[in-house]
Amino acid sequence: MAKINLLHAINSALDIAMADNDRTVCFGEDVGHFGGVFRATSGLQEKYGKARCFNTPLVEQGIIGFANGLAAQGSVAIAEIQFADYIFPAFDQIVNEAAKFRYRTGNEFNVGKLTIRTPYGGGIAGGLYHSQSPEAYFAHTPGLKVVIPRNPYQAKGLLLASIRDDNPVVFFEPKRLYRASVGEVPEEDYQLPLGKAEVVQTGTDITLLAWGAQMEIIEKAAQLASNDGISCEVVDLRTILPWDIDTISNSVMKTGRLLVSQEAPLTAGFASEIAATIQSECFLHLESPIARVCGLDTPYPLALEKEYVSDHLKVYEAIKKTVNF
Amino acid sequence: MSTELYNDGPVVHQPTFIDGHSVEIPELRILHQDGTTYPGADLPDIDQTLATKIYQTLAFHRVLDERMVASQRQGRLSFYMTALGEEAASVGGAAGLEPQDMIMMQYREQGALMYRGFSLENFMNQLFSNAEDLGKGRQMPIHYGSKALNCMTVSSTLATQIPQATGYAYGQKLQGLDAVTICYFGEGAASEGDFHAGLNMAAVQEAPVIFFCRNNGYAISTPAEEQFRGNGIASRGVGYGIKTIRIDGNDILAVLKATQIARAYAVKESKPVLIEAMSYRLGAHSTSDDPSGYRTKEEEAKWQSNDPILRMKNWMLKQNWWDEAQDTALYEQYREQVLAAVKVAEKIDKPHIDTMITDVYDVPSAQLQAQLDEVKVHIKKYPEAYPFTAGKF
Repeated sequence: MAKINLLHAINSALDIAMADNDRTVCFGEDVGHFGGVFRATSGLQEKYGKARCFNTPLVEQGIIGFANGLAAQGSVAIAEIQFADYIFPAFDQIVNEAAKFRYRTGNEFNVGKLTIRTPYGGGIAGGLYHSQSPEAYFAHTPGLKVVIPRNPYQAKGLLLASIRDDNPVVFFEPKRLYRASVGEVPEEDYQLPLGKAEVVQTGTDITLLAWGAQMEIIEKAAQLASNDGISCEVVDLRTILPWDIDTISNSVMKTGRLLVSQEAPLTAGFASEIAATIQSECFLHLESPIARVCGLDTPYPLALEKEYVSDHLKVYEAIKKTVNF
Repeated sequence: MSTELYNDGPVVHQPTFIDGHSVEIPELRILHQDGTTYPGADLPDIDQTLATKIYQTLAFHRVLDERMVASQRQGRLSFYMTALGEEAASVGGAAGLEPQDMIMMQYREQGALMYRGFSLENFMNQLFSNAEDLGKGRQMPIHYGSKALNCMTVSSTLATQIPQATGYAYGQKLQGLDAVTICYFGEGAASEGDFHAGLNMAAVQEAPVIFFCRNNGYAISTPAEEQFRGNGIASRGVGYGIKTIRIDGNDILAVLKATQIARAYAVKESKPVLIEAMSYRLGAHSTSDDPSGYRTKEEEAKWQSNDPILRMKNWMLKQNWWDEAQDTALYEQYREQVLAAVKVAEKIDKPHIDTMITDVYDVPSAQLQAQLDEVKVHIKKYPEAYPFTAGKF
């Protein structure tokens, strides 16, 4: 199997989706001839033509409004928002339209064929407008699915599943890993299930849960903890909404402890939702309070990025504190 | 509802469509590239002192951009954006204003800041995100701003400054100030909803704002022909009922003339103006971009021969306000100054750890203070992992 990076995996998924169905359309700022500022859509315009892969004017609310209309019409709309930090002009189209299309029309119409791809996250010296992790805003919106892959294999399988899922999906891509994360990815078409978490390492003392780029952070922390004789079960949530309560509950009932780590600020992040649900589901199994290792409740900084982020050392310290509670 | 306000056309009884390209927009040009003026051209209000200040600002701009791109390539700087080939738009615009006027930039208008007096040290401290940066090292390089100089700090989010400029200008008018707001943006940003909201509200609320569009042909890789199909951005001003002019953005005298008139009109009439300056983004979008993926060298060469700084220099030479020896000395002096300033700025400490929680609110909350305290304990435990702040609190 060929080893490719996360960007190539995304590109491969888009290529398959476009080859598979000639009503699939990819668009966004600079995604046409140039192939996107990160080159995720490289070669698609050459292969499938300007009518199916094109640059849009610079207007996020327009891109998603257009995508809603296109998806309602029955085409497969794959819209790119250049950075997740720039998704907010489209918030109305996503939250009030895409998410509620099926509900408000009594399923006369729906935009299930919509997928919004957008790079998110920090670690690239991007400061407050090129580093945000806004998944919690969208997780608070019934009607949307929110998906975040951790590596190339996951990215391709989850993106293909998102494109074919009959609900609007916001697909956040960890841009720090676009080129940094390399792994074996099948050339052929495959899908990974939405709404299912994945246990990537079994353990007995504590469950570590994260998603996207934060996965490699908790895996590194688990390694440090194992040197201290702490056995960590490492779980990738993969789909933020709707999330896999069973897999997490089962893991926590086994380990008795849970640590959730996210890049986004602490307050009202998705880790908080997980903590609330798991304390309710697993109350009598818990040996210690559920730990959240997150960004501070400030905008994402630039010069002090290292100090701000929930890195492996902060996670490692929280693991020890939780286990020794 | 009455339609009398805008329906001044004849009533017809056969369907009569207006062509989408029927608005014809003249373009103001005063200077030829060789420094001569067009016969009968209406010159701006300019003397040798003003001309020299403008020219020196342009030269400084060129030098700063060149040196900082070099620094970025050497790995000393994370990111930079030049305004190569379109410096006249920002410098000439600022020169047509008064110091009390607010300048709202998009991100390619460092020239306006330079003209206002943002110092070399100010630039360097921001670019190197150090403790002396007015923005406290929080934003990526080129996100400058200064309250003292009436230059609103740049935000990466495109076009958000446009309706803000309308509101700011409305406040100036309400207060009875002899002041306007100028708002810069590119032709790409003019596609955003905020552009339309900002212009319409300025027209309706009658705000003394000068909308200054730098139409430089590209939004990253997207050429203007894939951005809009109307007659540039100027035609939209007409649609919103705003006084509008199109100018050659590489002609410093045209930029200055248009801005001077726009300011006088905005102050006197308390109404907005739209200026569309036609230019070309000769450089890459940013140091993260490579234009060879989307345009040709031939296209760039055409615009290289249309250099706005050389055009002004030619005019200055013809006026006998400037000579070649002065020019060589000026560029040499700026290069040395910039190089020296880089060496100073990159050695200044990063901002103090306490600045991580300030300015989120007027006063940090107790929760934020607790979060910071926790980070400090952690840094003390692993000082080698946080070299910028360890041992400094």
